[in-house]
Amino acid sequence: MNAPLRELTYAQAIQEALATAMEADKRVFIMGEDIGVYGGAFQVTGDLVHRFGEDRVMDTPISELGAAGIAVGAALAGSRPILEFQFSDFATLAMEQIVNQAAKMRFMLGGKVSVPLVMRLPSGSGTGAAAQHSQSLEAWLAHVPGLKVVQPSTPHDAKGLLLAAIDDPDPVMVFEHKLLYKMKGEVPEDAYRVPIGKAAVRREGRHATIVATSIMVHRALEAAEVLAGEGIEVEVIDLRTLRPLDTATIIESVKKTTRLACVYEGVKTLGIGAEISALIAESEAFDYLDAPILRLGGVDSPIPYNPVLEKAAVPQTPGIIEQVRNLVKGRI
Amino acid sequence: MAKPVAAAKSEAASNQRPFYKQFTPEQLKEALRRMCLIRRFEEGAEEAYMRGLIHGTMHLSIGQEASAVGATMALRKTDYITSTHRGHGHCIGKGADPKLMFAEFFGKEEGYCRGRGGSMHIADVESGNLGANGIVAGGIPIAVGAALAIKQQKRDDVALCFFGDGATNEGAFHEALNMASIWKLPVVFVCENNKYGMSVSTERSMAVANVADRASAYNMPGVIADGNRIEDVAEAVTTAIARAREGQGPTLVECKTYRTRGHSRSDRNRYRTKEEIEEWKLRDPIGHFETELVANGIATADEIAAISAAADAEIAAGIDFARNGTDPSPNDVTRGVYTPGNPS
Ligand SMILES: Cc1ncc(C[n+]2csc(CCOP(=O)(O)OP(=O)(O)O)c2C)c(N)n1
Ligand SMILES: [Mg+2]
Repeated sequence: MNAPLRELTYAQAIQEALATAMEADKRVFIMGEDIGVYGGAFQVTGDLVHRFGEDRVMDTPISELGAAGIAVGAALAGSRPILEFQFSDFATLAMEQIVNQAAKMRFMLGGKVSVPLVMRLPSGSGTGAAAQHSQSLEAWLAHVPGLKVVQPSTPHDAKGLLLAAIDDPDPVMVFEHKLLYKMKGEVPEDAYRVPIGKAAVRREGRHATIVATSIMVHRALEAAEVLAGEGIEVEVIDLRTLRPLDTATIIESVKKTTRLACVYEGVKTLGIGAEISALIAESEAFDYLDAPILRLGGVDSPIPYNPVLEKAAVPQTPGIIEQVRNLVKGRI
Repeated sequence: MAKPVAAAKSEAASNQRPFYKQFTPEQLKEALRRMCLIRRFEEGAEEAYMRGLIHGTMHLSIGQEASAVGATMALRKTDYITSTHRGHGHCIGKGADPKLMFAEFFGKEEGYCRGRGGSMHIADVESGNLGANGIVAGGIPIAVGAALAIKQQKRDDVALCFFGDGATNEGAFHEALNMASIWKLPVVFVCENNKYGMSVSTERSMAVANVADRASAYNMPGVIADGNRIEDVAEAVTTAIARAREGQGPTLVECKTYRTRGHSRSDRNRYRTKEEIEEWKLRDPIGHFETELVANGIATADEIAAISAAADAEIAAGIDFARNGTDPSPNDVTRGVYTPGNPS
């Protein structure tokens, strides 16, 4: 029998991936605001500065646009930068370098260069940090050809996807969820990779498919557990990567279950759910559908400060249960 | 508050600082009252937070009361300010009502932002406060924009913009100062340099020793004030405001100060020493001002004690008011995103 696997928090798993990559490859370094002695706003880098020194764990001034551009330049010139944004919201200050430069550089230069950089983006609501510190902007960046976008939902994937992102020759945006940092889970000690572009089926079922991202995977699993008690068997797919999308896994699942719900925290309108719905509408799975497609996403509003409103702004487990039940019972 | 006025001359006034002549005794005592209110507000907010009555995060300005009040005391109601994540002091300085600020903290409909904004977004538009900001340096170009509108409308108001030392490393700071200068806009840039942007000291993050040194790149005066002495701040800002009102363009005022609390609730103070914190606590801006008011014959010890006690009572009442406020309804979650009545 195998010994039980070691448990780490999501934050510790990310830190382990950072340390593993820096140990294995001298070119890898991390930069960000307050990632040195402070240990990062969410204590992800922790004491890495003491292990790897200030040259490889670099505190930047509060200069997001400059730091992002410096990451692009360093990547072009042979280093492997990992840039931590203190909150994903602050990537908006760096959009120029992310969208116009990092994403397009390889293409514009006729494939002569690569931009092997990683950006880590703590995102999501639920901490009472209000409208400018709670956004889920992953669909924005996933809209940009040239970027890859991943969203780990477990400590295991947080480590494995980050290591895959660091290996990747192209720019990878890693959206972490602030509410998941303290979540514990099994994390192998070896330097395993979770492939970019591969979704995971977290629970099998035959009555409906929920495609969920990040923290919504956990809410979808809770909902599936409750619905199972009512005889409704829900398949839960953890998307893990937004770009490139694992279309095959989604299409196969929907052909089997004949019903689809998309659950994500970003704003519903023009978001991830729209893309997945269109994917099904354009695919052979369309003919299998027994019900309209359901999208559960963030409301059309900035994230409010008040805790009751904050909860009401994004999908919660009871709402998922109710709506997926309606979906399966033909009430939609 | 109100226009600075020339106080009557007395013999003692000959070596008095201009500050004590620029403002009436009533204005000076009101300034102390606001400083006390800020201190108590921050302490009350911190305590409410510790007791789990408030969620989210907050950035306290304990130790920085002199810059908040010194910079706002020469402003008129029609002047604007933009503020920062560490903005409670600026808000009270510009004349906000602490009970409505507390209501915002508690997420209530009665709050300045109807519970939608919280600590980091408190604004009191009626008193000319265009808002705190969750984005470092976010308010700097906004103040310049307000100054542009003032100029376009031929008003003689000004916009005063608060920001920290860390904010001066953002592109927005540099772009905004340049435009304010080329267009000679009526704006006053007030940097509260408390030595750190979160954990990173100015020595580690800035290529120049003083924020004021950056002014020369934008061809505007760069002035350094002792940010823990209200008279120093108020004199520097009064001059800058006068320049702005006269159409001579912007000034950058750097207030050297210190926050004695951590950056926010998650701060473990690993980047600075206890000795440094203790040293700055000895330079308490409120204690200093109280001593000066007595020495200059403006207030008696009893009057000062009464001001302080009144601040205590006002804050306690404010917290009670906030706790009993109205919670927003979840059905209203998307209310307030757009202006009602517009075709969409
Ligand atoms: C654009 C942006 N980057 C980073 C942050 C996170 N953050 C909030 S306050 C702060 C430090 C700001 O330092 P400073 O401007 O000196 O103001 P202080 O906190 O010292 O008052 C940081 C890094 C933010 N809110 N916005
Ligand atoms: Mg500072």
